[in-house]
Amino acid sequence: MTDAAELKRRTADLLAAYPPPDTDRPAFLRARFDAGLAWVHYPEGLGGLGAPRTLQAVVDAELEAAGAPDNDPRRIGIGLGMAAPTILRYGTEEQKQRFLRPLWTGEEVWCQLFSEPGAGSDLAALGTRAVREGDSWVVDGQKVWTSSAHLARWAILIARTDPDVPKHQGITYFICDMTDPGVEVRPLRQITGEAEFNEVFLTDVRIPDARRLGEVGDGWRVAQTTLMNERVSIGGMRLPREGGMIGPVARTWRERPELRTHDLHQRLLKLWVESEVSRLTAERLRQQLVAGQPGPEGSGTKLAFARLNQEISGLEVELLGKEGLLYDDWTMRRPELVDFTGRDAGYRYLRAKGNSIEGGTSEVLLNIVAERVLGLPAEPRTDKDVAWKDLAR
Amino acid sequence: MTTQPDLLYSEEEEALRAAVRDLLTDRCAPASVIARTESDAPHDVSLWKALTEGMGLAGLLVPEEHGGQGATHREVAVVLEELGRAVAPVPYLASAVVATEAVLACGADDLLSRLAEATAIGALAVGLHTAPGAAFKRVRLEGGTLHGEVTGIADAAVADVLLVPADDGGLYAVDASAATVVPQVSLDLTRPVATVVLDGAAGTRLGEAAPAVRRGLRAGAGLLASEQLGLAEWALTETVRYLKERKQFNRPVGGFQALKHRLAQLWLEVVNLRAAARAAADALATGTDTAVTVAVAQAYAGPVAVHAAEEALQLHAGIGMTWEHPIHLYLKRAKADSIAYGTAGAHRENLAELVDLQAP
Repeated sequence: MTDAAELKRRTADLLAAYPPPDTDRPAFLRARFDAGLAWVHYPEGLGGLGAPRTLQAVVDAELEAAGAPDNDPRRIGIGLGMAAPTILRYGTEEQKQRFLRPLWTGEEVWCQLFSEPGAGSDLAALGTRAVREGDSWVVDGQKVWTSSAHLARWAILIARTDPDVPKHQGITYFICDMTDPGVEVRPLRQITGEAEFNEVFLTDVRIPDARRLGEVGDGWRVAQTTLMNERVSIGGMRLPREGGMIGPVARTWRERPELRTHDLHQRLLKLWVESEVSRLTAERLRQQLVAGQPGPEGSGTKLAFARLNQEISGLEVELLGKEGLLYDDWTMRRPELVDFTGRDAGYRYLRAKGNSIEGGTSEVLLNIVAERVLGLPAEPRTDKDVAWKDLAR
Repeated sequence: MTTQPDLLYSEEEEALRAAVRDLLTDRCAPASVIARTESDAPHDVSLWKALTEGMGLAGLLVPEEHGGQGATHREVAVVLEELGRAVAPVPYLASAVVATEAVLACGADDLLSRLAEATAIGALAVGLHTAPGAAFKRVRLEGGTLHGEVTGIADAAVADVLLVPADDGGLYAVDASAATVVPQVSLDLTRPVATVVLDGAAGTRLGEAAPAVRRGLRAGAGLLASEQLGLAEWALTETVRYLKERKQFNRPVGGFQALKHRLAQLWLEVVNLRAAARAAADALATGTDTAVTVAVAQAYAGPVAVHAAEEALQLHAGIGMTWEHPIHLYLKRAKADSIAYGTAGAHRENLAELVDLQAP
């Protein structure tokens, strides 16, 4: 078993062989991957050492103290949080060797081709077709809400390979080359003025069968790994008091007494308390994970933060009064990162509206809590035994 | 703040919970609690003896050299979760927490041992509605004896010793036999309040009232959140269970999305309340960041417990309105708890000062 002392020793060896001041960033990151210190819970040879996941913090702290570069995890979140665990679980040995290293170092950016205009909450109803031709699949369809598509080298893609069976059964999971000539990426401008997301049009895109992930027709099950990891990655952060959206509005309140009203004071205090309680809940969840006692509490974290972000940013616009009538910038941009606190309250208010939609709508998440945590019965379903091609649309 | 509070339950705390729950399952069934509320003795003295003489739970906050267990607020919180879940009519919060903390502040060793060993039940003669730091009524000290009347005193009807603030700034221990205790018709049937009348009663001065009262009320407020967690958890669990069984329109009622979403929301609130209550218990135990953490817990807990009990009633519908079903005991307790040791609004006002979010 690899323990903390062993990891410290290996980290010291890495730093000695590749001193950060004298090593360029990609070279250092590749060496870190090869030393098994990228994600220590991954297997040896794939950037890890098969160590407990909780020991990653030991490595990260040592590297940070030495001023080593990181892989800018926010820029490659979809690769790290969604593609990698899916490839690790379902990929062939060849796929793992080919994709995981440049994914982790950030040399290859990933995006996710799941949602479609006609398949949002009901993702399994997706209609993008993949038809087998010899050793390849030919893919046609349209995907939407794809962040990083314009930067991505690869995509994880789910497509319909059999329309004659019920919807969950006819889906297959692929790795799609975003440089294929049949892939067209168009920015999708949103209510904030910018385009964080894209529409992706797929026309006669050829994917070799060697880039299939999992069995033909098993794509829904493979996608569950991807989606579960999406929600896990949202819950694990450690925030200080006033570390979230409540921070900027609390500072404005303190610095600008002329804006205060009694009504806003009552609402601010309520939201401050709810923010602090949600922070404690996230901290409790983190402690449970560290102690190896994961509970169902994580299902609720995103729901709570979505509502709070919306209410707090709405309050902030109102608090600003005359200035709340203004907006910082409507210019159409394609940002690499979303930075809530780097922009004004109006932007925060508009962007936070997406928090209850992206990564599962709050309505769907409430169903998940009700059914999986509380064990309440599912809604009666009319689509279970119907072939996909016969569904209402 | 450099360290995070420990928000989990230790193995010992879980073992304590299991022991208390076993006892309450045997001795505190809902039907018997309802029957007791209609009797002349709403408090369950024999259950109190089992919890205290049998299990030593009255002395958790008291050091071993004074006859206690030398445990912390974290263990007390677990006991209160279970007492809340059973809406148990025992003076645990009043005596083993609030009165005990007030006496600890004064360093009155003899009385402390009596409370710890439960040879006496104590009650702080300050209205249950009083928030930590708020003004409270003091009786007159005239010619060496105490005179006056205080109302809204929780569990005074079973108290052996009343801790009475007087107008000389002192806190006095008064033997209950020297006072007249008149039960008030109370909203909460399982934690009734009473009026205490002193007409020349003798008292022993324990120490300064203000710091003792503040300490007692702060511990009471912080640990009340754990009782409220227990109440809310019972309401949620029972309602989920009932809605899985209850069928209308040829379906279990719990399958309707409008109700599922309400229960899921309530679950989120209970999850949050658990974190807030654990944080408050841990802050009281370690003395770290106590004022803010207790105020946060009480600014959150009251409305959640009330919401849980109100949802339980509405979602049980007709049966929830009956005297026979125990939901009303939980609703009455939850509503009274939302006033006890300061309303959520009072604690938010305290926070405005504590975290510098000042009023206009």
